[in-house]
Amino acid sequence: MSTTTDAADIRRRTQELLAAHPPAATGRTAFLQARFDAGLAWVHYPTGLGGLDAPRSLQTVVDAELAAAQAPDNDPRRIGIGLGMAAPTILDHGTDEQKRRFLRPLWVGEEVWCQLFSEPGAGSDLAALGTRAVRDGDDWVVDGQKVWTSSAHLARWAVLVARTDPDVPKHRGISYFVCDMTDPGVEVRPLRQITGEAEFNEVFLTGVRIPDSRRLGPAGEGWQVARTTLMNERVSIGGARVPREGGMIGTVAKTWRERPGLRTHDLHHRLLTLWVEAEVARLTGERLRQQLVAGQPGPEGSGMKLAFARLNQEISGLEVELLGDEGLLYSDWTMRRPETVDFTGRDAGYRYLRSKGNSIEGGTSEILLNIVAERVLGLPAEPRNDKDIAWKDLAR
Amino acid sequence: MSAQTGPARSAAARTPEEAHTPDLLYSETEEDLRSAVRALLADRAGAPAVIAATESRSPYDRRLWDSLAGGIGAAGLLVPEERGGQGASHREAAVVLEELGRSVAPAPYLTSAVVATEILLALDARDGPAAELLADLAAGRRAAVLALPFATPAADSEATLTGTLERTVAGVADAAAADVLLVPTDEGLYAVESADPGVTVEPLVPLDLTRPLAAVTLTGASGTLLAGPGPAGAAVARGLLSGAGLLASEQLGLAEWCLTETVRYTRERHQFNRPVGSFQSLKHRMAQLWLEVVSARAAARNAADALATGSPGAPLAVAVAQAYCSKVAVHAAEECVQLHGGIGMTWEHPAHLYLKRAKADSIAYGTAGRHRESVAALTELPAP
Repeated sequence: MSTTTDAADIRRRTQELLAAHPPAATGRTAFLQARFDAGLAWVHYPTGLGGLDAPRSLQTVVDAELAAAQAPDNDPRRIGIGLGMAAPTILDHGTDEQKRRFLRPLWVGEEVWCQLFSEPGAGSDLAALGTRAVRDGDDWVVDGQKVWTSSAHLARWAVLVARTDPDVPKHRGISYFVCDMTDPGVEVRPLRQITGEAEFNEVFLTGVRIPDSRRLGPAGEGWQVARTTLMNERVSIGGARVPREGGMIGTVAKTWRERPGLRTHDLHHRLLTLWVEAEVARLTGERLRQQLVAGQPGPEGSGMKLAFARLNQEISGLEVELLGDEGLLYSDWTMRRPETVDFTGRDAGYRYLRSKGNSIEGGTSEILLNIVAERVLGLPAEPRNDKDIAWKDLAR
Repeated sequence: MSAQTGPARSAAARTPEEAHTPDLLYSETEEDLRSAVRALLADRAGAPAVIAATESRSPYDRRLWDSLAGGIGAAGLLVPEERGGQGASHREAAVVLEELGRSVAPAPYLTSAVVATEILLALDARDGPAAELLADLAAGRRAAVLALPFATPAADSEATLTGTLERTVAGVADAAAADVLLVPTDEGLYAVESADPGVTVEPLVPLDLTRPLAAVTLTGASGTLLAGPGPAGAAVARGLLSGAGLLASEQLGLAEWCLTETVRYTRERHQFNRPVGSFQSLKHRMAQLWLEVVSARAAARNAADALATGSPGAPLAVAVAQAYCSKVAVHAAEECVQLHGGIGMTWEHPAHLYLKRAKADSIAYGTAGRHRESVAALTELPAP
């Protein structure tokens, strides 16, 4: 089957969807459900699960046709964790029944997902996690605390890793579950952050009963399942084509052009250095995208998050200084719980503070540098003292 | 830039909706060319040979140049077939320069096969001395260099048309390897034979031993006027822009060699009963360098593609690549010396050749700061 035939085929299917469900006359949810059922949600997914077993690159054909017809989209920003992490994990490790139950409402956005991974004592060293799940008949009983959970206050479901065997080394005694956030014993508390608002939450799990049918993958092999989630978390870059000055640099460049009175020589030097670096980062992302399209994925993706974190921090820091008197002010410290993550919106002070998280969330820059050094460059691992020791015997 | 050289093959191969997106990958042809050049350089320009050559009276290896320029046909990549070349583009020439950067072999490729060749191409002469010289350069029969200081930025090209044939120009790269000097004067561009009795080429002691510099003195030399001031100015500008743009690929290759060798060395070298490459402080530095190298690759490819396709965005693509890649090459070479420890300070280990080349390259055709000024002008981000 040639790619051309596939593209034409997918274009035809998209037009049929639009004809049967005109966006102007169809409700948002109903349209998205019909799109899922037509296999045009994510074309590379299996037929019957929102896809057509087609090459991933053909999704751009669907997206372009639907955008031209002003069809509603499923607001990927609001359901990013479900789309980006829960869905690929369920697809790879879930039972047929789990896939049928979860994928459609996830994609349509009827059900929001969150990720119960990090704990106060297990961040970068995620496999050290201590939340316990104990088997009781057909259920598991879960007790513990999670942290840095975005969307937990909106989520219906969570992917959850918990310790099911403390007597084996830490990577081997973990199991992976789907947790119902509406169950008794799940308590979500806002975690107010550096910006003043609570984008993240703490989640307390007290005697939460999860049926064994909502386990993903074999008991005790949850770490392998979690790796799927984590890999997908970091492969979020590369799909979209970014225009020049498309990121945070565009905001500060605009201010520079519009307000000559703010310019100084020192800031000019720094702005141009960062402008060049942002442009090079954009080109690096574009090269990665071209490699993916050509079917030759390069390791560049491992490094892109590092580059963007540093750039966002330096550019937003420069912007606060550029604004001078205005940089001394902040828009609003009122405690809020936003529905979406907003890295580039709002004012300079917010951007400066929020970007501090870019080098921590989804793997700290230090951990990512280790990953590049060991997996890309092949440098030897640091010596470890937590291997072959039962989790319960590790120093904490 | 007005002059477009070589067929815009990669642009033509793309679909219309992608026409404005640069092709940042390597084609199969380019990879084949890389293999041929790399094999030749590995065979004829290994580190001990390059070090020995820099200590001799003439560091250039004529047989290496004949094989690279004529045998592989690398000298004629930018020149259309009907004018005696290979009819390829800046994309392919950039791959040759990546390999020359990895090897730091003394060869007048950037100066003759890129800058001088681009100048002659831009003159667009179909016959006469300029056309003949172009065919000679493309075949690797002769080499020519632009008789300007190596540090001259493309942005200063208008100021280069000055004076007469009676002059001394210091800091001319590869002049000692050149059969012909291209001399800009206020009358236009002259071609002067190096063997002319009025020409003295006096070697200088260069920081970068692998790209010799010379002071060129012309006293009563006779030259052939190739073009008047207008076309000459545009041609010199084109040559300097291409030189700066493709220098980024040399810097990329150099940085890549430094990173690869540093990774290899620190995996093998043991201290405190561990490979030193297992220490996090070193790993992070090499991982950071890797990120810079992959970014430099995107920037350098973008510049080569913009030059190859005659994109109106070429001056910005070149300025971005130079502003970025200069820094990466110097950083990579400095890290290479440091992470090799004492070995990195020795004359015997080639690391110093790369540091010297990287530092000299960071000045060649304009410093990063000069290129940032070009970025400021081209993106309307003016100074206070």
